[in-house]
Amino acid sequence: MSAPGDEIDAHVGDPRVAHGHHGDGQPSHASLKGYLTGFALAAILTVIPFWLVMGHVIGDATVASAVILGLAAVQIVVHVVFFLHMDTTSEHGWNMLALIFTAVLVTIVLGASIWVMYTENANMMPVAAQSLHHAMGR
Amino acid sequence: MTPHRSALLHFLLGRLTASAIPYDNPIILWTFVVVATLGAAVLAAITRYRLWGYLWREWFTSIDHKRIGVMYLVLAIVMLLRGFADAIMMRVQQAIAFGANLGYLPPHHYDQIFTAHGSIMIFFVAMPLIVGLMNYVMPMQIGARDVAFPFLNNFSFWMTVAGAVLFMLSLFIGDFARTGWLGYPPISELRQSPGVGVDYYIWGLQIAGVGTLLSGINMVVTILKMRAPGMTLMRMPIFTWTALCSNALIVAAFPILTAALALLAMDRYVGTHFFTSSLGGNVMMYINLIWIWGHPEVYILILPMFGVYSEVVATFSGKRLFGYSSMVYATVAIMILSYLVWLHHFFTMGSGADVNSFFALTTMIISIPTGVKIFNWLFTMYRGRIRYEVPMLWTIGFLFTFTIGGMTGVMLSVAPADFMLHNSLFLVAHFHNVIIGGVVFGAFAAINYWFPKAFGFRLDPFWGKVSFWCWLVGYWVAFTPLYVLGLMGVTRRLSHFTDPRLQIWFEIAAAGSVLIFLGILAFLAQVYVSIRHRDALRDATGDPWDGRTLEWSTSSPPPAYNFAFTPLVHDRDAWTDMKRRGFVRPAGGFKPIHLPNNTSAGVILGALSLGCGFALVWHIGWLAATTFAGIVGVVIANSFDRHRDHHLPAEEVDRVEREYRDRLAARGSAR
Repeated sequence: MSAPGDEIDAHVGDPRVAHGHHGDGQPSHASLKGYLTGFALAAILTVIPFWLVMGHVIGDATVASAVILGLAAVQIVVHVVFFLHMDTTSEHGWNMLALIFTAVLVTIVLGASIWVMYTENANMMPVAAQSLHHAMGR
Repeated sequence: MTPHRSALLHFLLGRLTASAIPYDNPIILWTFVVVATLGAAVLAAITRYRLWGYLWREWFTSIDHKRIGVMYLVLAIVMLLRGFADAIMMRVQQAIAFGANLGYLPPHHYDQIFTAHGSIMIFFVAMPLIVGLMNYVMPMQIGARDVAFPFLNNFSFWMTVAGAVLFMLSLFIGDFARTGWLGYPPISELRQSPGVGVDYYIWGLQIAGVGTLLSGINMVVTILKMRAPGMTLMRMPIFTWTALCSNALIVAAFPILTAALALLAMDRYVGTHFFTSSLGGNVMMYINLIWIWGHPEVYILILPMFGVYSEVVATFSGKRLFGYSSMVYATVAIMILSYLVWLHHFFTMGSGADVNSFFALTTMIISIPTGVKIFNWLFTMYRGRIRYEVPMLWTIGFLFTFTIGGMTGVMLSVAPADFMLHNSLFLVAHFHNVIIGGVVFGAFAAINYWFPKAFGFRLDPFWGKVSFWCWLVGYWVAFTPLYVLGLMGVTRRLSHFTDPRLQIWFEIAAAGSVLIFLGILAFLAQVYVSIRHRDALRDATGDPWDGRTLEWSTSSPPPAYNFAFTPLVHDRDAWTDMKRRGFVRPAGGFKPIHLPNNTSAGVILGALSLGCGFALVWHIGWLAATTFAGIVGVVIANSFDRHRDHHLPAEEVDRVEREYRDRLAARGSAR
């Protein structure tokens, strides 16, 4: 980037007229409080799944897995907000936009791949499809 | 691995034996003789005119984005000659190989040629073209002095060169893949392709892929962080917008290619079974993965060219681009949608009606933003004062050709129709229609448009027009027959035919490829003639076309620092705005300019990567280990290099700027 006073403006015509600008997004400053909050939340979100498994709190394994995965997703958000200092304003919002773009693409790529490969397998791999059918029919 | 080789020889050379040199194949032998003679002549000329030092100091080690951009374009044109040689060999083979005549290319050789043609044209012609153009133009359009990471830029270029050299080596040492340009398993697996061809393919692409990915990151950061003050997103030139979207796609898509090729490499090198047809492997997963990269890839190629056409149409119509905002939104929409259509490349693989319908619909939807763009260009021309200079001719040729290619694309997107047309010559005609009509025409428009900026003189318009007409007519003569043949059911990648009624169409196609060849020769003649007559074609003003964006506000060629003062931007078409406001070039107040130093690290890393790739292809363990350690070592050592930058003194800036002002004053202009 150029230094202030290093610019030229056709509307003014004098390079020596310095223009204050450069509203570069200030990096959000990390604080001890933020890290401790993040740490506490992360610890709680780790302890709960541990307790769910060790204490056999939820009988149905499928429900238990879903709850644990949900908590993991929440934990990702905690890490991103408190440790990676992601918010809607850092770098003029570019960080958030890049994150959303990545999330959209990853969702598309993973979700549609699973869908595509599932149907491909069902239609084109008769043996695999048969065992799958068995598993699902039970 | 012949059994009688000594253990020592095997250790030293891996699988490499004397029989890997195809001296018994007269075609390759003569190709080698020609390439070696031409290469020796070029090297001798460089030595004769004592250019090595100049090339090394001013170009190879340069981290100026402009020099690197030009080097990318030179690489692309050299590789275009190679890729086109493959093309014309195929056209000749298919025109003569009927009935008893088997042609001059045996199937195993023909298969290598179509694989090399496809992969070289995409990875080492089209990609260097767009990366080179973005490198050259984009930083100047946003008023920056270089890209965000200048050394990374040089490194990216040399990695691309290393990949290209590895591909070229396969011509003379060993052989190349016979798999088609995407290396589908199971034919690319070890059992079906035990030779080194697929390994050349894998490592060539992996090495070049590193360069492409890093260059994508570099340019995204440059556009987001280094725009001149006042240049908000909605004031960015369209070419910069398309470059941003294209590079975002590169960053998101190329890792998928890298992963798919890495899994294939593991299948071939360490005995995994990701894509085999046995032991739990699934070939369909490779095809799914490669097209998740492959479809965005075609938009990576075409988006920057849409940007080129937008700049050219606005400049040569003397008008603002019609529908700037809709152009931006269309570009962004295409960027997202390009991730939702990949399955249309394998409708016939068996996903079923619901999956096929979904991807057929998304494919049809993507033609809407593309149509928006076509109309924007037409409305820009409407009631404009159009100058039919060479870049504008290419643009009009594009509008005509690409629209038809787009319509055949919509035909292919109808899944039931695709079951008839899949893998036929109709498909081949379609993608050449959009890639030649879109990417190649765009590249020639761009080269003709920005050449005076890069070298200080215009390209000769006569030979430019000859080249344009040869290409345009040649394209249609070469590929219309393929549409016809495809509708008749002829499939692609065949080296011999039995039905004599088809022959006339292939002969017409071969004639078309000769016309395209003349178009390429005319382009080379254009460059040669322009260099000879450079004084008559000189551009003293830096703004030969009455341009609208900031790159035209510098001298031609621009100084190393691009802009003595960073321009403040108040409007779209910033340079038009500055001219209208009566911009006067400043005569003083210059400051020292901070510039990066040249470095040889990029060349060294590229050379080591080439050695490592070659060693991996031939299973030469010690060489692979040494070169890889070398790469790591050079990267670490390079990070301790403290002599990275210098300041160009203000007096030097003053001198350069004064000379430019004198040139302008001699022409009676103040800007």
